[in-house]
Amino acid sequence: MKYVDEFRKPELIRKAAAEIRRLCDPKRYYRLMEVCGGHTHAIYRFGLKDVLPANIDLIHGPGCPVCVLPMGRVDDGLSIAASEANLIFAAFGDMMRIPGTRGSPLEHKARGMDVRIVYSPADAIKLAKANPQKHVMFFAIGFETTAPSTALTLVRAKAEKLRNFSVFCNHVTIIPAIRAILDSPDMRLDGFIGPGHVSTVIGCRPYEWIAKNEGKPIVVSGFEPLDLLQSIVMLLSQLQRKEAKVENQYTRVVPWEGNRAALRAMAEVFELRPYFEWRGLGFISQSALRIKPSYAEWDAEQRFHVPGIRVTDPKAAQCGEVLKGVLTPAQCKLFGKECTPETPVGALMVSSEGSCAAYYNYEHRKNSELTSLSLPA
Amino acid sequence: MSAEAKTDARTAAVRFRDPQIEMAHGAGGKASRRLVEGLFAPLLFGSLRSPLNDAAHVSINGSHLAVTTDSFVVKPLMFPGGSIGELAINGTVNDLAVSGAMAEFMVVTFVLEAGLPTEILQTQIQAMADAAQKAGVRIVGGDTKVVEHGKADGMYISTTGIGELLRGVEIDPNSVRCGDAILLSGPIGDHGITILLARGELDLESDLRSDTRSVLPLVEAVVAAAGPGIRWMRDPTRGGVATSLNELARDCGKGIVLFEDEIPLHDGVRGACELLGLDPLHIANEGQFLAVVSPDLADAALQALRNASGGAEARIVGEVREQPAGAVLVTTLYGGSRIVDMLVGDPLPRIC
Repeated sequence: MKYVDEFRKPELIRKAAAEIRRLCDPKRYYRLMEVCGGHTHAIYRFGLKDVLPANIDLIHGPGCPVCVLPMGRVDDGLSIAASEANLIFAAFGDMMRIPGTRGSPLEHKARGMDVRIVYSPADAIKLAKANPQKHVMFFAIGFETTAPSTALTLVRAKAEKLRNFSVFCNHVTIIPAIRAILDSPDMRLDGFIGPGHVSTVIGCRPYEWIAKNEGKPIVVSGFEPLDLLQSIVMLLSQLQRKEAKVENQYTRVVPWEGNRAALRAMAEVFELRPYFEWRGLGFISQSALRIKPSYAEWDAEQRFHVPGIRVTDPKAAQCGEVLKGVLTPAQCKLFGKECTPETPVGALMVSSEGSCAAYYNYEHRKNSELTSLSLPA
Repeated sequence: MSAEAKTDARTAAVRFRDPQIEMAHGAGGKASRRLVEGLFAPLLFGSLRSPLNDAAHVSINGSHLAVTTDSFVVKPLMFPGGSIGELAINGTVNDLAVSGAMAEFMVVTFVLEAGLPTEILQTQIQAMADAAQKAGVRIVGGDTKVVEHGKADGMYISTTGIGELLRGVEIDPNSVRCGDAILLSGPIGDHGITILLARGELDLESDLRSDTRSVLPLVEAVVAAAGPGIRWMRDPTRGGVATSLNELARDCGKGIVLFEDEIPLHDGVRGACELLGLDPLHIANEGQFLAVVSPDLADAALQALRNASGGAEARIVGEVREQPAGAVLVTTLYGGSRIVDMLVGDPLPRIC
């Protein structure tokens, strides 16, 4: 398969791994954060930790939209759906197993709520047109990766005067989250593997302060094994030369300036919220998007009563510490016991991009000596 | 026969505490297993339990038989490469085949929705007749119920099959040894991805077709060539190869190691899985089977499969090792590895 196979070739991967070993100073310890949940998933999915030296630690960042969504927002969305007659709750598959206080959207569906999985916000519009007697509320999540498609959907809904459609907006932005991570006192990072998909929209410029002001290298990376290893090579080379720059490994997809059309669509529809709550990170100012008053008719938060539920995370769950990389997933008291992908307590266990779910699914129970055994010829 | 199946400590520990039935309980993964082991088995099977095998082995007056039942709920009723009628026959024939039995007789139950056009029903009955003839099984009885409009997606079919045990093969997960080879009869995921695309909710197109077929001829070929070496077989339907092998790993207490680069996969399945964030190892199949074969007979088994019609793409995809005990590990050529668990719930696409 084109654009996939080239980036999974064993001989190239072995070469990149050898280059990493060459650049890696055995006397020091490297803490690199992969910002994006997609990278976390790929790192575990491809078993990349097996090919990295032991003194390189990859730390899961805040870039999994499902993981950072506070439970109160899930409750708010489900509560609207429960109190409005004839409302269809539409969301991505990623959202379906996120626990609310009284269960996930899937559990609400089993109890009779009209919950539908859609593959894009545009599908939610199709759903609204196919069900004119019902109201379709799209529960929107995601960083700048998915925000433009929500924006274009709202533009279309307004242009077509679609009255039975609204968006419950939970879109967040990546830069304030990275800033919050860097401001955290218990955080010692050597560099960042920059988010690939988000950067297709925002480009590479918004990261320049990380290099200039914080002195940390950041390399925007693709999602295949070779992409990630090459990004680590680029980070280690910068560290070896004592440099801190923004570099783009994912040039086949990410333009340096980003996607202007996508940014324009976002600017047309969204404005910054003064503050927004992030799971595990608390309130971060100007870190999320809300729908502008000119689109109020399609804003579920304006249209319906939102209870504004706030739920504190279960005390025993240490999602915040794991999210900031202070603890590894397995060091959390609930990991693998009360909290599993099937019965998630914290959101990091829900999305397959969440570090806990990725660790549980792919790493947990692995016998480390096994991977050194011979592989088939 | 397996009537004296042991009460396994791990099995006995399962309790069904879920407050209500979710779709996941029917998806063939962990929740399904909990439901069967924690609720059905203790109350229904008593000490005679081996409920997670594909078929039960019973003896009547010295005749050794296998019996199994399966229900078919699929939307849409017809899809590229097959239909609910074909699935209903092949599914039960295959459950018997991988239990080491040849389907002889079958009874059928239809749950029909009021308003179902006769033309559709007739097409499905014809499909069943054709599939039964092809698989060499005789349908000897049935029952029909009709439910109100809007209650049964058109039609549901349930089939129960009974067959004679093939000679020269004994299926028992406890006989699995380290060093045994894992055979796979062909490319995986065709059925599940075909159904996903046929529902039309995704704007994706492909030329994939369901792999629904009777695997009995392939099973017969492999039994003839390597019968004494065959320890275990399973058709990886719902929950896919990963779920079947996780069940084996749990039952035999050994580690199952898969070689990712050896797993046959059509490009359409690979592409759809990459796009949707799904693992092909979790996707349903309706015309493939897995076999664990002792190392001395593994090559003979593989050659027999490849020489049989429809078995050309068979591969040895892994082996049994001590570690990771009770789990499935996938390894890659470049030295990376990952654990693959049973499917949890339905496979949900990842978008954001």
